[in-house]
Amino acid sequence: MSEKQTTTSAAFLATLKRDLLIAFKKKNDIVNPFMFFIIVVSLFPIGISPESDRLTEIAAGVIWISVLLASMLSMDNLYRADFEDGSLEQLLLSPHPLFFLVLAKNISHWLVSGLPVVLVSPLLAYMLALPDEAYLTLVLSLLLGTPIMSLVGSIAVALTVGLGSRGLILAVITLPMSVPVLIFGTLAVQSTLNSQSPLGYLSLMLVMLSVSVSLAPLASAAALKISVN
Amino acid sequence: MSSVASNNSLDANSEGIMLSARQLFCERDDRVLFKNLDFDLAEGQVLQVQGSNGSGKTTLLRILCGLNDSYAGSIRWYGQEIEEQAAAFFASLLYIGHRVGVSKVLTPIENLRFSCSLKQAVSDDQIMGALKKVGLRCFEESPCYTLSAGQQQRVSLARLLISPAKLWVLDEPFTTLDTKGVAQLESILQDQAKAGGSVMVTTHHQLTIPQLSLLSLG
Repeated sequence: MSEKQTTTSAAFLATLKRDLLIAFKKKNDIVNPFMFFIIVVSLFPIGISPESDRLTEIAAGVIWISVLLASMLSMDNLYRADFEDGSLEQLLLSPHPLFFLVLAKNISHWLVSGLPVVLVSPLLAYMLALPDEAYLTLVLSLLLGTPIMSLVGSIAVALTVGLGSRGLILAVITLPMSVPVLIFGTLAVQSTLNSQSPLGYLSLMLVMLSVSVSLAPLASAAALKISVN
Repeated sequence: MSSVASNNSLDANSEGIMLSARQLFCERDDRVLFKNLDFDLAEGQVLQVQGSNGSGKTTLLRILCGLNDSYAGSIRWYGQEIEEQAAAFFASLLYIGHRVGVSKVLTPIENLRFSCSLKQAVSDDQIMGALKKVGLRCFEESPCYTLSAGQQQRVSLARLLISPAKLWVLDEPFTTLDTKGVAQLESILQDQAKAGGSVMVTTHHQLTIPQLSLLSLG
């Protein structure tokens, strides 16, 4: 072979760059889940009660549930276009481990759909009258939790990408795996509100994140191979 | 022009044989697409897969690339099963399928930058040169959704000019090309064969390449 084969890290970066570029060009994919998140959260004070006592009680749960729903809304973009235009096949035929290429796609997906939500969450927490001391815990828990949702959701999307009409099947596969994240995320915030240390819950989430980073891309890669078959 | 490439001499290690398939069997929806299919693909050979619609041409190509694993039989790359050396095989393989792998939101140059760098390091000059050769000179920076189907096909064909891959597997690469494009692609295939590479191609088009062999399905 006359030319040099790329290293795996170069292929990883190329995939990451490409996905970010596509997201940047198709702004809908970034803006829609983000707007959805803001709209859902803003509806609660209107629908339930603007009293800060009652809002404080539900703030963490509302934010976490909205994050979960927004992340499901954004998941569909992950492999669909690539499947339809054939880029996915090119990815599968790369000499590099699919694990890293899938991981690159997941990271890009999180940067585009997860990170903006984490960044805007303090603002929405303020709107829901979450006490100041819980902001840090909320942001930390979201920072740990949203990548887990991207990684786990990626498995479900990879499994269903070949199906014509998916409907709710994506949610049915993803939800059971996302619920633990929701539980620990809200518990972490609640325990801060009760003046207890949230570190236990946060470290559990860190463990979940490490496990998903190391295993979920493997599962996604295997699922993609099945879907393309 | 044609010599039938097939028949089962089981000496898979013989010199110059790049890809050899033995006793391939594939069945889809209770219909046998092909069975006992044997063929060799040598260096410098262009193998055209022929057959009516639905005879399994695309399936055969996807099986050879490792995209489809619902088959029985053995496929060897230089005498070794491809599963045992997938990375080496993928590094020497270039596959362009029905869906050409061109993202519509990206420009041709961005598309090529990505699809090429999955395999080998490329410079922007190389990419620009290839795009110019396939007649997309003024379209490098236009998003691919503004290009016609034939032009999108040309974007994927620009990869052939850049790729050092020894084996090209092309599924209906001629469909959307105009007559000039067809002639150019034929000469690209011929150059690949001259350089010692091999091509496996499905098309209903009559190819006029000296190194051509035919494989008929169904």
